[in-house]
Amino acid sequence: MRRRVRRGRCVYPACALALLGVILAGCSGSGPQSSLEPAGPSARDIDGLWRLVLVLATIVFVIVAAGMVVAMVRFRERPGDTREPKQLHGNTALEITWTIIPAVLLAIIAVPTLQQHFELRDEPDGPRLDVTVIGHQWWWEFTYPGLTDAEGAPLTTANELHLPAGQPVYLTMTSVDVIHSFWVPPLNGKRDVVPGRVTNLKLEADASVPSEDFGFGPGVILGQCAEFCGLAHADMRLRVFVHSPADFDAWVERQLAPAAEPTGTGPIATGYQTFELVCTACHQARVAGSGGVERLGQGVTVDVDGESFDAALAPDLTHFGSRTTFGGASFDATRDHLARWLANPSDLKPMAPERNDIAAGRILGMPNLGLTTDEIDGLVELLESWQ
Amino acid sequence: MALMADTQRTLSPGPRGVWGWLTTVDHKRIGLLYAVTAALFFFIGGVEALLVRMQLFQPNGEVLSSDAYNQLFTMHGLTMVFLVIMPIAAAFTNYFLPILVGARDVAFPRLNAFSYWLFLFSGLLVYSSFLVGGAPDGAWVGYAPLSTQLEEVVRMDFWTVGLQLLGVASIASSANFIATVFTMRAPGMTMLRMPVFVWMALVVAFLLIFSLPAVGIGLFQLFIDRNFGGLFYAAEAGADPLLWQHLFWVFGHPEVYVLILPAMGIVSEVLPVFSRKPLFGYPFIVFSGAAIGFIGFGVWSHHMFTSGMGPIAEAGFGVATMIIAVPTGVKIFNWIGTTWGGRIRFSTPMLFSLGFIAMFVIGGLSGVTHSVIPADTQQHDTYYVVAHFHYVLFGGAVFGYVAGVYYWFPKWTGRLLDESLGKLHFWLALIGFNLTFGPMHILGLNGQPRRTYRYGENLGWDFWNQIATIGAFIILVSFLVFAWNIISSHFLRRGRPAGRDPWDGRTLEWTIESPPPVHNFDEVPQVHALDEFWHRKYAEDDEGRAVRMPDVTGGAVTVETDSGGDGDAHGDIHMPSPSYYPALASAGLVTMGAGFVYLPWGWLAVGVGAVISMWAFFGWSLEPITREH
Amino acid sequence: MAGAPLAEHAPAAGHDEGHHDVRPVRKTAMWVFLGSECVFFGAMISTFLLYRSNTNGGIGSEIFDIPFTSASSFVLLMSSLTMVLAHGAYYGGDLRQARVWLAATALLGTTFLAGQIFEFSEFIHQGLTLTSSPFGSAFYMLTGFHGAHVAVGVLLLGSMFLLSLGGRLYDDRGLNVELVGLYWHFVDIVWIVIFTVVYLLQQP
Repeated sequence: MRRRVRRGRCVYPACALALLGVILAGCSGSGPQSSLEPAGPSARDIDGLWRLVLVLATIVFVIVAAGMVVAMVRFRERPGDTREPKQLHGNTALEITWTIIPAVLLAIIAVPTLQQHFELRDEPDGPRLDVTVIGHQWWWEFTYPGLTDAEGAPLTTANELHLPAGQPVYLTMTSVDVIHSFWVPPLNGKRDVVPGRVTNLKLEADASVPSEDFGFGPGVILGQCAEFCGLAHADMRLRVFVHSPADFDAWVERQLAPAAEPTGTGPIATGYQTFELVCTACHQARVAGSGGVERLGQGVTVDVDGESFDAALAPDLTHFGSRTTFGGASFDATRDHLARWLANPSDLKPMAPERNDIAAGRILGMPNLGLTTDEIDGLVELLESWQ
Repeated sequence: MALMADTQRTLSPGPRGVWGWLTTVDHKRIGLLYAVTAALFFFIGGVEALLVRMQLFQPNGEVLSSDAYNQLFTMHGLTMVFLVIMPIAAAFTNYFLPILVGARDVAFPRLNAFSYWLFLFSGLLVYSSFLVGGAPDGAWVGYAPLSTQLEEVVRMDFWTVGLQLLGVASIASSANFIATVFTMRAPGMTMLRMPVFVWMALVVAFLLIFSLPAVGIGLFQLFIDRNFGGLFYAAEAGADPLLWQHLFWVFGHPEVYVLILPAMGIVSEVLPVFSRKPLFGYPFIVFSGAAIGFIGFGVWSHHMFTSGMGPIAEAGFGVATMIIAVPTGVKIFNWIGTTWGGRIRFSTPMLFSLGFIAMFVIGGLSGVTHSVIPADTQQHDTYYVVAHFHYVLFGGAVFGYVAGVYYWFPKWTGRLLDESLGKLHFWLALIGFNLTFGPMHILGLNGQPRRTYRYGENLGWDFWNQIATIGAFIILVSFLVFAWNIISSHFLRRGRPAGRDPWDGRTLEWTIESPPPVHNFDEVPQVHALDEFWHRKYAEDDEGRAVRMPDVTGGAVTVETDSGGDGDAHGDIHMPSPSYYPALASAGLVTMGAGFVYLPWGWLAVGVGAVISMWAFFGWSLEPITREH
Repeated sequence: MAGAPLAEHAPAAGHDEGHHDVRPVRKTAMWVFLGSECVFFGAMISTFLLYRSNTNGGIGSEIFDIPFTSASSFVLLMSSLTMVLAHGAYYGGDLRQARVWLAATALLGTTFLAGQIFEFSEFIHQGLTLTSSPFGSAFYMLTGFHGAHVAVGVLLLGSMFLLSLGGRLYDDRGLNVELVGLYWHFVDIVWIVIFTVVYLLQQP
């Protein structure tokens, strides 16, 4: 009997180690949207803290579990065992000890937690790139207030955030409808995007984003809205493209240029007519035509805590063709997807356009506009051409 | 057997059949009603969860539409919290709290019936939404302004009204339990001789009393915004949507302890019985339970670390959250201390209790990772959090309540549940549970947000989602085994007759018949010690080992009474008479609630409901508690 | 040694296990209920404090007529005095006297309600409504729910008055007066807080 128990004791540490291994292995998972694969200093700090806590928690679990297992094996009722146990009511010294030990462990965790917490919540020092993030049901609007075109209009894009590597970026965020949450796990924790409030988040991407290619292209990091925001919450995603500073500047230059108004006839001209007639009710575009650069469509201004934010009603389409995705970064921007979307957007993404009230600023998705095949073809041509 | 005959004479069981159940004011019958209702809702909530898991089995699942998915996960959360775990806790509390303190009923038997019927009718009201255009779909937390956005869609009104009414029911039953504990204990039953389960029920009652009104106000505000053009959560008018989150979580966090503490109480009853040792450090367990309840009011904002409160407030709530881990740890160590040195019998209640401890430790430790604020900003609103609270509320609370069912089933029905089926249930549940919720930790850390009805390919989430779905079906099988065990043991009468004291118990419920007579105790017991019944059966020898006392044998221990069993002494037991007013009053209130959902023409139903409930309340207050014979 | 604990468990002398005294039971429940009510009003007062300067560009606290509301507050405070007198009379067994004071309390409560209705209609006339601003929403909700509590109190007092007329008297009727009294005093005390926070506190 005694030998069995002793052999059992040797097994426990082995089991514990194996368990620790399994847990750590399981948690070293990966993916383009994983918090365990940091691609920036903030996320790396958080990851370090998380790993410290994980190790401590695993040690505690192993100790507790070992205690339980030992008790269960040693003190199980055996056949023929009729001796009653000693009626022990407690042991104050022991109980005080195991009150204090967890308290000490927690204090050990608390110090780096608070240190990191305040550091992460600080504004970045020195030069930074400012980006305004507006949450919409169900897409992201990104504006770069410091990067303006000849007319003074800031660079505006949707769902795909482009960043220069190695430069601190400071997001200023608010929402025009319900609460969203901006989350790109490899770069930083999430921060809610709240109507009537301004929230901030700092991001900084490493020069080399994990080289592993998950099928999303090089330098691409995935993110997603993390606060339940209604029907298409699952399809309110976003992508971050990390460029070298030079590539980023080139991208900015392309984006600041207006789109070209098509000339002549053909599908693309039909598309442009439809665009002006239908799409501009919500969408915006800067188009250079014979009469100079024209701004099609209009947005709204939202006042939050004394700050004014220019927000669109729907994604700006000036450089739609340069984006790899659309519809809340949920669909690859292929012609086929685009045609299906234009035929009936709710067919691809769950939305409630029947409840739109544009005058009241309530937009719950793009309605089925009843476009003809020709109009759809024309629009696809047009949008693809707007690189 | 003079005692039996005498008992029959003094019983006043009241009408049988449906009317009997509808008018019952017997705390035991009401407890059973709670249990059966909670079991039915558990089945419904489980089916909802399985549908969700089927949808998530693979990327871009097409089992459910986004709309259906949002309704199902909202109703799953609402059901499991308000219509399953709270009522199953209420079932145990109703049935056993009076018996454990040596009382014949709760302080207000009719108020008790009112609480049950209000709970049932409110639950049915919320569920009726499925039949009339869709269930609430704004998540169980109903964050504003999403929950106030579509005023013309009544789904979220079912939620505001239903939750409000459920809150009223809980406040009423909590006041009842508090009054019972404070004023109806048997002679000698001092506060520190009360079983831990009673203590935890008391703490829970206080938590509900002081937390529910906060969310009640929040729900009124949402309702006013939705129906009367109020501006409590209108950001465009300068209102602050975070107010709702504060009001909700001031309730919502204590609510977590409301769900778990009674389960901790049950485990604290089961462990000593099956270890044949007293609870290790009873005062530590009791006071740490009270401390958890108290500190529980100061940590609500850890649900809001990403909402933009301000770094100082976040730091404060983070530290408070770490502090609450200390009393929780104390409980776990003391439970292990209870088994240490005992003679452990691995009956099913014990298995589930040990499972509870192990799973709760995991849930508690992942909870500590949430107090690490930066880490929480990654974990918040992901499957990691889903994993965490299921380890606390399923592996924790549900395992605890299932332990309670196996433990007390013989007292309810007079028959034991089958042990082999029970063990099968336990192992399937443990494996299924860990397969379902273990992988969710990894999914969350790898970036899968909760409340999303589909996910794309190549995100590295496919494998663990499949495992989780398979695990969910194993849980289903395990609970089908459980259901069969109950059917076969009770309804098919295959269960072994239990007698009074099948487990060699320690507390007062095992001194009385199974099932207990209407008046519980022929004579109100005199209490001399914690674990009163154990001390009547066992003394201690020089070594401190328990020694069976010579004058009592077997399980059928005669209750020590004041005056023997000659009948005359207790010929004047007056149990409260059945009353239909409680059910009528709650029907009236729920009619009003249904009317409020469908304003403005619902005002008619509001009026009708008001008249009905006024009538019932007046009839109730004028009706004598015990009719003269 | 083995028998030692036995002595401790010897049957105690008989005790009255028949009827529990309902006084402590009901009073406990009432106190618990009032504790719950504190949180109820606390949540509304917090909301009001959050929104008290949030007038959405419309009417704010300048609309308050402090002398008028002070007068109606005084009326409500006096009703607590008459409630005490009613309770005292019941205890003293003077049912007639008690009836008079009950009626007086209900009357004072009704006067307060009338004042509140007048005040609300004035404010609405001037443009402060439930839907004009978060301030308006919070103001009407807080004072309105308090008014509803007063109305319930008046209803309870009226019922007790009628019951005493109809001769439906129970052993514990003094207790019911006491319980209604507890509730009534609570509603008065809450009003003192509301009056201070809503009407008297200076805008930040």
